[in-house]
Amino acid sequence: MAGLLEMVDVTKVYATGDVELRALDGVSLSVAEREFLAIMGTSGSGKSTLMNIVGCLDRPTSGTYELAGRHVGSMSKNELAEIRGQFLGFVFQQFNLLARTSAIENVELPLVYTGTKSRERRERAVAALERVGLGHRLEHHPNQLSGGQQQRVAIARAIVNRPKLILADEPTGALDSRTSVEVMALFQELSETGITVVVVTHDPDIASYASRVVSMKDGRIQSDETQVPRRAVPPPSKKPGEAAPT
Amino acid sequence: MNIFQTLRVALRAIFRNKMRAFLTTLGIVIGVAAVIAMMAIGAGAKARVEQAFAAMGTNLLIIQAGSSSTSGVKGGFGSQPTLTWDDFAAIRDEVASVKAAAPMLRASLSVISEEQNWTTSVTGTSPDYFDVRSWPIDQGASFTQSDIDSGTKVVVLGATVVEKLYGANANCVGSFVRIGNIPFQIIGVAAKKGQSATGQDYDDAAFVPYTTFAQKVQGGLGKYLHGSIMVAAASAQATTRAQTDISALLRDRHHLARSDDDDFQLRNLSEIASAQQEGTDTMTTLLASVAAVSLFVGGIGIMNIMLVSVTERTREIGIRMAVGAKPAYILAQFLVEALALSTAGGLIGVGMGVGVATWLAGKFHWPMLIQPDVIMLSVGFSALVGVVFGMYPARKASRLDPIDALRFE
Repeated sequence: MAGLLEMVDVTKVYATGDVELRALDGVSLSVAEREFLAIMGTSGSGKSTLMNIVGCLDRPTSGTYELAGRHVGSMSKNELAEIRGQFLGFVFQQFNLLARTSAIENVELPLVYTGTKSRERRERAVAALERVGLGHRLEHHPNQLSGGQQQRVAIARAIVNRPKLILADEPTGALDSRTSVEVMALFQELSETGITVVVVTHDPDIASYASRVVSMKDGRIQSDETQVPRRAVPPPSKKPGEAAPT
Repeated sequence: MNIFQTLRVALRAIFRNKMRAFLTTLGIVIGVAAVIAMMAIGAGAKARVEQAFAAMGTNLLIIQAGSSSTSGVKGGFGSQPTLTWDDFAAIRDEVASVKAAAPMLRASLSVISEEQNWTTSVTGTSPDYFDVRSWPIDQGASFTQSDIDSGTKVVVLGATVVEKLYGANANCVGSFVRIGNIPFQIIGVAAKKGQSATGQDYDDAAFVPYTTFAQKVQGGLGKYLHGSIMVAAASAQATTRAQTDISALLRDRHHLARSDDDDFQLRNLSEIASAQQEGTDTMTTLLASVAAVSLFVGGIGIMNIMLVSVTERTREIGIRMAVGAKPAYILAQFLVEALALSTAGGLIGVGMGVGVATWLAGKFHWPMLIQPDVIMLSVGFSALVGVVFGMYPARKASRLDPIDALRFE
């Protein structure tokens, strides 16, 4: 079946001086809609490069990459920006929210670039923040929110443009174990509603929440296994969204 | 992403660093303020000079007798009488491009009223003089041709003389004054004319019929005209032609050979005016170059800060690109930010410049003139500086690689 994401024999070569670095060496990957994929690997395994290409932030040196039926491997910078704005949502380890900017404005940001009218922008941003359990933190700035809350703002920003694919790069890397579980629970929910989620991690514990685990080594896919995901159940002591420092 | 959103984002970025933004624009603020203030005062001075020349009369030519040359010692123009009364009549009546002509016989004399006395420039002239100078009579009337014919002892006083003898705005028409011990009746007061370009007071003068002047002051009306002739050309365009025509006429009447120098001097007052004009134009050019330099320096300041800003906000740029901002949006955002900074600087500069000019003008009683086109030009130039110097940093921002930008610490 034709998946959401079809990658055939993709290589990425970085040439620094005379040294040629093959960050990706013939990677073929097919991801269907609604899949919850974890990409694992140590640092230098090529998982970040793979993530950048999947996320349309970078272009492959060779091979073909199709996202939602579109050949993105050969697109211009402008076209890639458009694809990112339409089909993709990003979640980063360091949250990457705009400082001194309220949660709702951070969430509205992708819609600004798709030319959505300001009233609709606000409505959709509020809905996205409510969905991640932060409907009561609209006007808070990132420095007034806990790490878990900031990451949930980032997730709200990632879903506000109704993407087909959410890419999360070490999304729990800066969070404690409880908030990590909360965030993974959120990803599981999103994947159940039909969004494909790709999480890049080095942590097997995080990978266990995914339905499929791809392991990378030296720029190649070492293993690709489907598994029964572990259910992410947040510990009940605190309700999500109320761990804000005051 | 429309222009208002871009502008909002840019303004927010500026307001986050108010102090820095202020210091950045200071170069442009000071440059523009200096230009506006100097131009306002310069234009005021220029307007005053123009006014002074307008007061002197338009399309004027002055004819003076030639220089004497006795045993190699050359006297100045007018030191040897060469102009005759017949020359004067010929110029007045025969040259088509001449509208009016009047003789000017001058002496510095004491004018004495019952109470006061005042030494002033007394001019013997004809009634045409007031036409030539486009100088209306305020009170009473000018003397007439019959006064000339019979050599009546009447006088028209300038406003300053009236003020000195009788006090400001006094009605003195009909009173008698003595000029060189001869009683003259005041028949008119000339309207206030103000100062010449060189600061001479036009109103410090008295006018009597030239026949009277020649007989009572110069000791008789002979063949020669011991003074100069003032001529008004028919129009500003006709001034040059009048000059040529008069010159030809006088050379002919004086029987000068082709190789002889003129034995008279013909001066065109509009030439003096245009020389003065050139002076102010040079000043304006100088000011403009000072402005260009300060705006250039201000522009470099803006470029510097924009480069710092791009570096500081590399991560923000990465985030914006990751969520779908095209390079052109990033370019627009930083360009608009630079533009907003420089234009704001320009506007503040205009405000400051107007303030400084008003203050200086008030303090030193200088004339000043705020010109809207100078203001618009300054603000426009500031905006241009923003675009030119903001382009490089903005391009730098738009060409960042999103991956590198996101990884930037």
